[in-house]
Amino acid sequence: MDRLDELEAQSVYILREAYNRIEPLAMLWSLGKDSNVMLWLARKAFFGHVPFPVMHVDTGKKFKEMYAFRERYAAEWNLDFLREECPPIDAVDASLPPAARSAARKTEGLRQAIAKYQLKAVIAGIRRDEQATRAKERVFSPRDETGQWDFRDQPPEFWDQYKTDFPPGAHIRIHPLLHWTELDIWLYTRREGIPIVPLYLAKDGKRYRSLGDQDITNPVESDAATIDDIIAELQTTNTAERAGRAMDHEREDAFERLRATGYM
Amino acid sequence: MNRDSNRDGATLSEDAKQSDALPGPDEQVSERSLHHIVIVGHVDHGKSSLIGRLLHDTNSLPPGKVEELEQISARRGMEIEWSFVLDAFQAERDQAVTIDTTQIWFKTALRDYVIIDAPGHREFLKNMVSGAASADAAVMVVDAEEGVREQSRRHAYLLHLLGVRQIAVVVNKMDLVDFSQARFDEVSGQITDYLRSIGAEPLVIVPISARGGDNIASRSERTPWYDGPTVISALDGFHGHPGIGAQPLRLPIQDVYKFDARRILAGRIESGSLTVGDTLLFSPSNKTARIRSIEAWSAGDLPQTASAGESVGITLDEQLFVERGELVSHVEKPPKLSTVFNARLFWLGHQPLKVGARYKLKLLTQEAEVTVKAIERIIDTQTLENAEGDLVERNAVAEVTLHSRKVLSLDDYGDLPRTGRFVLIEDYDTVGGGVISMEGLPDQRQAITVKSTNVISVEHRLAAEARASRNGHYGGVLWFTGLSGAGKSTLAMEVEQRLFAKGYHVYVLDGDNVRRGLNANLGFSPEDRTENIRRVGEAAALFADSGIICITAFISPYRVDRDRARASAPGRFHEIYIEADVETCEQRDPKGLYKKARAGEISQFTGISAPYEPPESADLVVDTSNHSVAESVEHIIRYIEKAFTLKKSDG
Repeated sequence: MDRLDELEAQSVYILREAYNRIEPLAMLWSLGKDSNVMLWLARKAFFGHVPFPVMHVDTGKKFKEMYAFRERYAAEWNLDFLREECPPIDAVDASLPPAARSAARKTEGLRQAIAKYQLKAVIAGIRRDEQATRAKERVFSPRDETGQWDFRDQPPEFWDQYKTDFPPGAHIRIHPLLHWTELDIWLYTRREGIPIVPLYLAKDGKRYRSLGDQDITNPVESDAATIDDIIAELQTTNTAERAGRAMDHEREDAFERLRATGYM
Repeated sequence: MNRDSNRDGATLSEDAKQSDALPGPDEQVSERSLHHIVIVGHVDHGKSSLIGRLLHDTNSLPPGKVEELEQISARRGMEIEWSFVLDAFQAERDQAVTIDTTQIWFKTALRDYVIIDAPGHREFLKNMVSGAASADAAVMVVDAEEGVREQSRRHAYLLHLLGVRQIAVVVNKMDLVDFSQARFDEVSGQITDYLRSIGAEPLVIVPISARGGDNIASRSERTPWYDGPTVISALDGFHGHPGIGAQPLRLPIQDVYKFDARRILAGRIESGSLTVGDTLLFSPSNKTARIRSIEAWSAGDLPQTASAGESVGITLDEQLFVERGELVSHVEKPPKLSTVFNARLFWLGHQPLKVGARYKLKLLTQEAEVTVKAIERIIDTQTLENAEGDLVERNAVAEVTLHSRKVLSLDDYGDLPRTGRFVLIEDYDTVGGGVISMEGLPDQRQAITVKSTNVISVEHRLAAEARASRNGHYGGVLWFTGLSGAGKSTLAMEVEQRLFAKGYHVYVLDGDNVRRGLNANLGFSPEDRTENIRRVGEAAALFADSGIICITAFISPYRVDRDRARASAPGRFHEIYIEADVETCEQRDPKGLYKKARAGEISQFTGISAPYEPPESADLVVDTSNHSVAESVEHIIRYIEKAFTLKKSDG
């Protein structure tokens, strides 16, 4: 087994544990490169079927290319697709910096969707290498009744025995891509021929490395016009993947605060 | 995990495979292997600083990070503090303590690494365990000034317990001891002595200063007396993933899918490999079936074979009812079956582990309720001294005997680590993890298959009814079970005498007459004890067939053994539970055995250090704690007269 095979096998194992142990659950599909890989892995894990709903928590502010991608593959892959709308921005904590506030709006949308469908768990495509706070995550990561993440008292997780016992009212985030890196994602996307939103590929010397809301996501300087180019670029860069995501940089602890209250 | 034992062969075959394939430019990237390194050590000995420095010296920090670090450090009035790279949380920066396992990536010229930074604070053991259990190798940081401390020893011990066998030691803060070779040798000696005492060996010991960058990526001029590797070259010297493909097949069933016409058994192969057409054994159900196909999605032709590490789905040539929790193996090398096992465990629960307490066990995909039967010893991870006790406190390590209500499929950790370890759950939380030892315990899977295949059952011309009618009573087995000292033999002999006097055909099988002849070739090993019971069950069934009432008097502690005896004499087997509590039995101690067991002269003594599984639905319970021998005999005789005497209508 090479490295991608190992990553794939581990993620498939996690997805199967999630599906067997926790019900009802849904997979979050942000339309980005990571969640496309995650969806692909689900189809592998369940032999072409995705046995749970796939949910897009929609801010309404995504790029048009992302929406086109969503319409096409939700149909083509025969997904049990759910589109959930976020509340208006006025309903969100005004003390947060602007971009973080925008992100918090998405958190609120997710919280409402979880309540609406009474979901015990959502599967999310975060990775440890994205951001230092995410590096501390567990694969099965409990949230309390209010959706709060207690990063100070996380459950032990070892020998692939994940936390699957919860008090009533608790909620869980499942992270099947936690151990992947950005480079792994692209290598796997290339190997498997997984479709991507074209915004990741460079046009006029710029491309998006990470896709969020249109108004708070900036492209990076790049000439990487193919996946091969992206892979070559990543092998030499030291710039952070989320450098183009404004909310990470507004205050030293902005992202940590977002995560503690339920942001992915 | 005993990773060393299989590494060499597997590495060879992996190398061979790689040299066969001509790597194109594309493959080269993904072929870079990924190693998980855990960094452990006593609090403030400099783990996080080492990591920050490693990232810096391997050019793994993003641009601007060093400046950012300088600013943050200056704001707190200190020199550049490398550990701030990792201590991402605001709270951690303020407290200067690493709260949780952090994972971070860096590359050397040779390969990629994920570093797991394990926190040093005692109460954060669970996070240390979460990090270390997935590591391929460990770096242990020891402060040159302070030397080996409590956490250094505890972490080393836990690494060993968790199966991390490759350990490099760095003696940090050499700048504080003026790069003294004498001090380095002293600290090296301490850590080497301790590691050897737990059966581990440091692969290398490097004198460093994380702050100054000495011997991290390049040789330091300040340690001219040191000619070993730098930290980076020590890491690159670690071996890759140990091969688990050559071990016996273990595939725990994770789920069964019926999304379409296929019935797919899904799971991840923990060790070994399988091929289409193989006959598989399912445990504990003991069923067998052949693999019809290995299923896959989006993979072109279906694979014909799969091996350790792969998450697979298989279909079988017949519709077996199997579910999550079954463990698949080949017939030749099955896992053990047992309701009891010994374990070395680390305890993470806020409430101490207690004798008699019940927990939920998770072993692969199996779940079962287990009871703590005995705490054999509590191990002080600093001194390695053993202590006795009834409680295992949080963060302690102990050897215990656990007992499960249902039969578990498992392996000795020493043989197959991945199927020989488990976690315990209390309420909703993981409260401990442990590794299994089956030493001194029987495999409860017995060869109940008939070995000689040319046996044809001979139809007896005499019906059981005819024998019964001549004897005036039916034949049968009265299986006395209970603790040593409960009164089985005494009652058996009394009952035999009384029945004989009443004209019954009756005979007692006990240790004395059976071990002298039929079982003369059996000793007292766990396997022999089980075989002893099996033969007694078979012999008693023959007596019963011949019309005799056969009383057996054996402790026979395991339900599974008694059930087997029952199956040998279907319809004529009466389980008589001779019940007395351990305290009463120990007081009686007719053969002085309890005394010896307490003194440690007899190991695995039922009721003391080995479990007794009381019958769940005994045909008769005789309580000898509260009744005299005469009363008990009367009780049994009444039962026999009712159950064995011919009824009028029978005649």
